[in-house]
Amino acid sequence: MNDGNQEEMHTSVARTIERVARESYGRLVAYLSFHTHDLASAEDALSDALVSALETWPQNGLPQNPEAWLLTAARRSLIDGIRHHRVVVGAEPTLVLLKESSTEPALSTAFPDERLKLLFVCAHPSIDPAMHTPLMLQTVLGLDAARIAHAFLAQPKTMGQRLFRAKTKIRHGGIPFEIPGERDLPERLDAVLEAIYAAFGIGWDDMFGIDQSGRDLAEEAIWLARVLLQLMPGEAEVHGLLALMLHCEARWSARRARDGRYIPLSEQDPKQWSRPLIEEAERHLAAAAKRSRPGRFQLEAAIQSVHAERALSGCTDWAAIGLFYRQLIQISPALGIRVGYAAAVAEAQGPAAGLAVLDSIASDDVSHYQAYWAVRAHLLQSLGITHEASDAYDHAIGLAEDPAIREFLLRKRG
Amino acid sequence: MQFALLIYHTPEEFALREKDYSDPHLGAWRAYYKALVEAGVYVSANALEVPETATTVRHREGKRRVQDGPYAETKEQLGGFIILDLPSINAALEWAARCPGASIGAVEVRPLDPETLRRGFTG
Repeated sequence: MNDGNQEEMHTSVARTIERVARESYGRLVAYLSFHTHDLASAEDALSDALVSALETWPQNGLPQNPEAWLLTAARRSLIDGIRHHRVVVGAEPTLVLLKESSTEPALSTAFPDERLKLLFVCAHPSIDPAMHTPLMLQTVLGLDAARIAHAFLAQPKTMGQRLFRAKTKIRHGGIPFEIPGERDLPERLDAVLEAIYAAFGIGWDDMFGIDQSGRDLAEEAIWLARVLLQLMPGEAEVHGLLALMLHCEARWSARRARDGRYIPLSEQDPKQWSRPLIEEAERHLAAAAKRSRPGRFQLEAAIQSVHAERALSGCTDWAAIGLFYRQLIQISPALGIRVGYAAAVAEAQGPAAGLAVLDSIASDDVSHYQAYWAVRAHLLQSLGITHEASDAYDHAIGLAEDPAIREFLLRKRG
Repeated sequence: MQFALLIYHTPEEFALREKDYSDPHLGAWRAYYKALVEAGVYVSANALEVPETATTVRHREGKRRVQDGPYAETKEQLGGFIILDLPSINAALEWAARCPGASIGAVEVRPLDPETLRRGFTG
């Protein structure tokens, strides 16, 4: 084989490993840690397995069942690791467990999918809520700490340590690897959904410019929601969350002009929205509605669905959007939702009415909230209160993180 | 707890300083400073003259060595600094991300070390 061919082989193997890793990572970690509750060791073992796959697959060719191959290799590495640390009290029963399970005919693809339990473990109430999303991204999707740190604007080293501490807590804190019972399910599922939505990047529902630091993770979040839906097809809010994210994703490319300029939703060309994604979102929203169990994510998706109708009708039913926001505020009076409501009221009843809604929000809460100032500036400007408007624009510009949004606001400020 | 945001500029960004007051780049900086002051986190700040004005001094084996230019010849050069009073490194990273300098050059966040300074003064 000449060098060129060999190189090609290597890239193709590397690509296969990448694909298998992405598709199987969470399944393998969940399965490998199910008895031991030891996520860190399961991940280490899997990464050993991936390294040895990179070494042996180009020589011996791809195994018939790459996932099963990885499982065997990872399990061997886990057992070696435990033997190595045999002095540690309590390692013996684990070893027995692993050995037992290694004699089952697990090398078919039919090993049980424990990812749902893993998702509930990651969003367990005894774990710091700030770590729910990072844990999911790492254990279910295999993202490394540095990448997660980018998205969450944290120091990579600190993020690594916090992930490690959370996993230690899972291992020793008696957090059960199970799907919560009927009584706890709604609350526990909310935590899982919240964590997935946090990965997507909060605040898409607002019209005038928001930080979008979570954008990097949008695809991963949609992936997580699809996994969750596969595992819990009967939950209305899972459909709702997926519908919400798909609606936003459908508009992704329309949010930027060719020169990188930011385009707010009201000025976007609906022809640039992705029809298939909108249709998929609508199917999920309809599936959710059939369950007659409304919730926060379904309402947010419904708002996006009204926006999407502009592609057909040419106009936006702001009264309907305001109504959905009012219902949302009753479920969760979060700042983003109240600011979104103010914007909807302004569109439906005029800027003065919108401003009155903004004024009703306590000022302590909003001093650092960029979207509040962007909407406020826009409304003051529409009312001709120019001095206060330019002050509010300064606020919004000073708090903006995305350079495109900063420029957009600078242009509007004039 | 105090943090320094060390603002590293590209040559292009240094050149933007010549622009007049209405330039959007300066508008962004002005808004950013205003936000820092209004949030009550601002301690002090200063901009540095362009790197071409720098002179670097070393003392080695009894001899003074004086050199034109900055300490390190890198593409991005220290253009200024901001001192902020904040509860945590996370808050400092948030303000660094909002800094207009972060979207062109880079912003390095470093905690101040007043303890070392105090020891230096008091022996």
